[in-house]
Amino acid sequence: MSMTNHIGKPLNRVDGPAKVTGGAKYAAEFNVPNLAYGVAVSSSIAKGRIRKIHADEILAIPGVLQVFSHENVPSLAWFDRSYKDDVAPGGSPFRPLQGAEVKYSMQPVALVVAETFELARYASGLLRIDYDVEKHDTDLETKRDDGFEPGRGKTGWVPPPKPRGNPDKELRNATHRVEAEYIHLAQHHNPMEMFASTVEFLGDKKLTVYDKTQGAFNSQQYIMKVFGLNKDEAHVISKFTGGGFGSGLRPQYQLFMAVLAALELKRSVRVSLTRQQMFSMGHRPHTLQYVELGTNPDGSLAALHHHALHETSQYEDYTENVVNWSGMLYQCDNVKLTYQLAKIDVATPQDMRAPGAATGSFALECAMDEMAYAAGIDPLEFRLRNYAERDQNANKDFSSKKLRECYHEGAAKFGWDKRTAEPGSMRDGDLLVGWGVATGVWDASIQKCAAKATLTADGHLTVLSGSNDIGTGTYTIMTQIAAETLGLPMAAVTFQLGDTTMPEAPLQGGSWTAASVGNAVKQVCDKLGEQLLKLAQKMEGQPLKGASYEDVQFVNGQIRLNSDITQAVVIRDILAANGEEKLEAENTMMPNPVNQLKNSLHAHNAVFVEVKIDPELGTLRVTRVVNAVAAGRILNPKTARSQVLGSVVWGISMALMEESVMDHGFGRYINHNYSEYHIPVSADIHDIDVIFVEEEDDKVNPLGIKGIGEVGLLGVAAAVANAAYHATGKRIRNLPVSIEKLML
Amino acid sequence: MNSFTYTRATAVEAAVREKAADDGVKFIAGGTNLLDLIKENVERPTRLVDLNHLPLTAIEAAPDGGLRLGALATNADTAWHEQVQKRYPLLNQAILAGASPQLRNMATNGGNLFQRTRCYYFYDTATPCNKREPGSGCSAIGGYNRIHAILGTSDSCIATHPSDMCIALAALNATLQVTGKNGERTVKFEDFHRLPGNQPELDNTLAPDEVVTAIDLPNEDFSRHFSYLKLRDRQSYAFALVSVAAALQLDGNTIKDARLALGGVAHKPWRDQQAEDLLKGQPATEETFRRAAAAVVENAQGYGHNTFKIELAKRAIVRALKQAAEGTQHAADIFTNSNP
Repeated sequence: MSMTNHIGKPLNRVDGPAKVTGGAKYAAEFNVPNLAYGVAVSSSIAKGRIRKIHADEILAIPGVLQVFSHENVPSLAWFDRSYKDDVAPGGSPFRPLQGAEVKYSMQPVALVVAETFELARYASGLLRIDYDVEKHDTDLETKRDDGFEPGRGKTGWVPPPKPRGNPDKELRNATHRVEAEYIHLAQHHNPMEMFASTVEFLGDKKLTVYDKTQGAFNSQQYIMKVFGLNKDEAHVISKFTGGGFGSGLRPQYQLFMAVLAALELKRSVRVSLTRQQMFSMGHRPHTLQYVELGTNPDGSLAALHHHALHETSQYEDYTENVVNWSGMLYQCDNVKLTYQLAKIDVATPQDMRAPGAATGSFALECAMDEMAYAAGIDPLEFRLRNYAERDQNANKDFSSKKLRECYHEGAAKFGWDKRTAEPGSMRDGDLLVGWGVATGVWDASIQKCAAKATLTADGHLTVLSGSNDIGTGTYTIMTQIAAETLGLPMAAVTFQLGDTTMPEAPLQGGSWTAASVGNAVKQVCDKLGEQLLKLAQKMEGQPLKGASYEDVQFVNGQIRLNSDITQAVVIRDILAANGEEKLEAENTMMPNPVNQLKNSLHAHNAVFVEVKIDPELGTLRVTRVVNAVAAGRILNPKTARSQVLGSVVWGISMALMEESVMDHGFGRYINHNYSEYHIPVSADIHDIDVIFVEEEDDKVNPLGIKGIGEVGLLGVAAAVANAAYHATGKRIRNLPVSIEKLML
Repeated sequence: MNSFTYTRATAVEAAVREKAADDGVKFIAGGTNLLDLIKENVERPTRLVDLNHLPLTAIEAAPDGGLRLGALATNADTAWHEQVQKRYPLLNQAILAGASPQLRNMATNGGNLFQRTRCYYFYDTATPCNKREPGSGCSAIGGYNRIHAILGTSDSCIATHPSDMCIALAALNATLQVTGKNGERTVKFEDFHRLPGNQPELDNTLAPDEVVTAIDLPNEDFSRHFSYLKLRDRQSYAFALVSVAAALQLDGNTIKDARLALGGVAHKPWRDQQAEDLLKGQPATEETFRRAAAAVVENAQGYGHNTFKIELAKRAIVRALKQAAEGTQHAADIFTNSNP
């Protein structure tokens, strides 16, 4: 019986106690000595030029130290490439405070630095700015004919595959055909923690930067390039992040501002944004989608066309994979996938939880429901009938795909077989009941990642990798992997992250952290284990003589022979017996290129939703959700479940509430606060069941991990809209599904 | 945060004197709205006079046998007061439909009356707003006005009054006890809040130096047939798109007395006594309710995004009156006001 098998156990978060006792410090909580405070000033216009910033008026206030703007910012890096971060899209990155031009409403145009936060905020409220206003253009709806196909996109963007078969002809000839347009407005990430950077000035150009980010190394590279710093001068720390959802993938402008002010004032500076300013940055783009589907007489998909047009800024071409998924989720030989951008006067959109797929799956999965009804087939049966056994986009086999099991297990748990097909046919008293289903697919990615492991003579193992934990449970699962690999109790292992002096890890995003950092941790611990075994074999009278690493197991604090587990050496004793204080291993994990290229690597899910609707008042409640997920090996069912619960809540939010409403008169998101940009409260959330379908996969990566940060969100909004249709017979293709759209 | 001085009022008269002497003075009690407004640079008081230490927290019998709610009793203490729960459950329901438990623990009854609108444009100093800056224009007319008013609007303002508590107070015929430099007076609730007209910067009719000391609930019994129905974008912590306070006194199936007030539709709690008259003496049937509902929205005007409120208000009125007549407020609650 092993006490050191930790992987797959529903363990509590190792960082939980620190988080609930205040021990976990976030970027704005590092109270370094002699700190000055910066408050960003946001543009009140959407387009134009700054004529004059009346800085002198507030510089007269005692305690106001400086007003930074394009009028006084020193000459910095010249080329665009210096401002490009790891995930910058094509185009010219926005350079804060480096030009008179205003490109979008709420663009940061000045930074007021003062002795106290209160004073900086007060002074920023008094700062007068004169603008030459130009006519702005913020309405994507008017850009339907101005779309263009993006050139080279950002890392991870894949242009839609070329059309296959003869989709136009097959759509014309289809037995049943549906077509519809699906729309959602922009949505903003709004993680609980606002963006903040505390920059400690350590003399000359040497800085320690506490940053809210999803990638300390990305922030480090950015400030090195922009401000001409070397690695030692740009030490970035980000050990706790209060949610990111993609908003922290790119360095946000408060980082630039805080570093600028610290270097210029030769003083430590903190800049934290307000909740309102969380709407002054990247967002899920306003997207218009058109889907056309046709079926053959047997209910198989004859043809599929999915088109998406979304906004981008005037200065960068943000891209995300919206339509590609539609070519791989179902078996279909005649497919046309098209994708365009249109430029408007907004901040560049940015990856937001399941970027592209959350958008695409909403449209495709609503259209699949419409198609099922048109063909007279149960929506779940329709999906099963068109199940894709291969990835037709890439013409590859899936490394594993247990979506069918997701459908079956999810449906069983939900009770789908009791559904009556006719819209409006299910009731609970005066309420209409609707049941909807939808599905999703997401990349199972892995990135190069380094890690370092150190075992000290007291038997404690410390593993480092400069990743982030954006609340997902990275600290916990990495501790589990390290502890299990070297057969140690959880308490004997510490995993650390979020520091650019650590071995380099990729950005935390794309659902690849568990796989990337996890396999790196496993590898480096194996490397340390091999060294440990060699050391153990030097001990007097030890029973492991001649054994190779494959011949032994690390279990219950011992190295023991597979062939006779009573023959063992206690790990704690090995270093002391050899007179070593510590043993170290460092390693960079590289993904296996053959497996990565040979297979289609994806996670899947199936979502079942029940809604109850008061038809007269238009009120809707999502009363039940079952989300069945096939995402490879689940490292910790508790933290994994929490991730999927969060995804479901997010999906309900996307379906029912979230929209950043642009007032086109001002070119400004007018509900830019938590009061009027609604996300669910606890009272909106009812039963959520999460099922992890067993899925073994030795091809995706050695640990068989697919990542669950994003897949759980897919299909939720569509399933809610489909359930609303089932309840009412009303198709709502324009999110959110709000009260005025449901009043019958 | 703007610079301001802070003083603590020790007596009502002292507070009134301070306010009368300086128009930069703002009273602060719970501060749940005022602090937001200061942070957003919407309000820029130069002096805050803290009322929290005035002896106005009691909830006690009113001279007419009704109930007197101290202006500084918190919304939470008021909602859960035994007499409120027993005799004025409509008020209990309305208060609990508003804000969040944390806010209700801070917010006072007096402060609730002075809540300012949640119009997006009022809060965003980058946009014109007649209420914030008289004469600058109304951005909501012709802008995004989904949460705005459909009744009693003017060309200069279509903002709504945000309180839930006040909708019940309007329906319950409350009166306000007010102290100013000219002494004490009583203000009928319906005369307290005002319509925007061409002075939308004024939310109410009090003189600048006056302070509300108590809210009196009359000695009337609407404890059996009542409903506070609030329709909003999420189940808690959201302002009403439309809310209805309905209260009836029934003799068999005949309506003896009726009260009807709406929230989320106007610059003030919208009590409609003509609609109430259409209910009185009539059978408590859906047909009667529909007639009253139609009367309420007869002169309603939509501005585009909020036009749905006209039909929604009608349906909500009928539903609330039905719930009131049937005495099913609590059952209906499961779906409309809170969750099982």
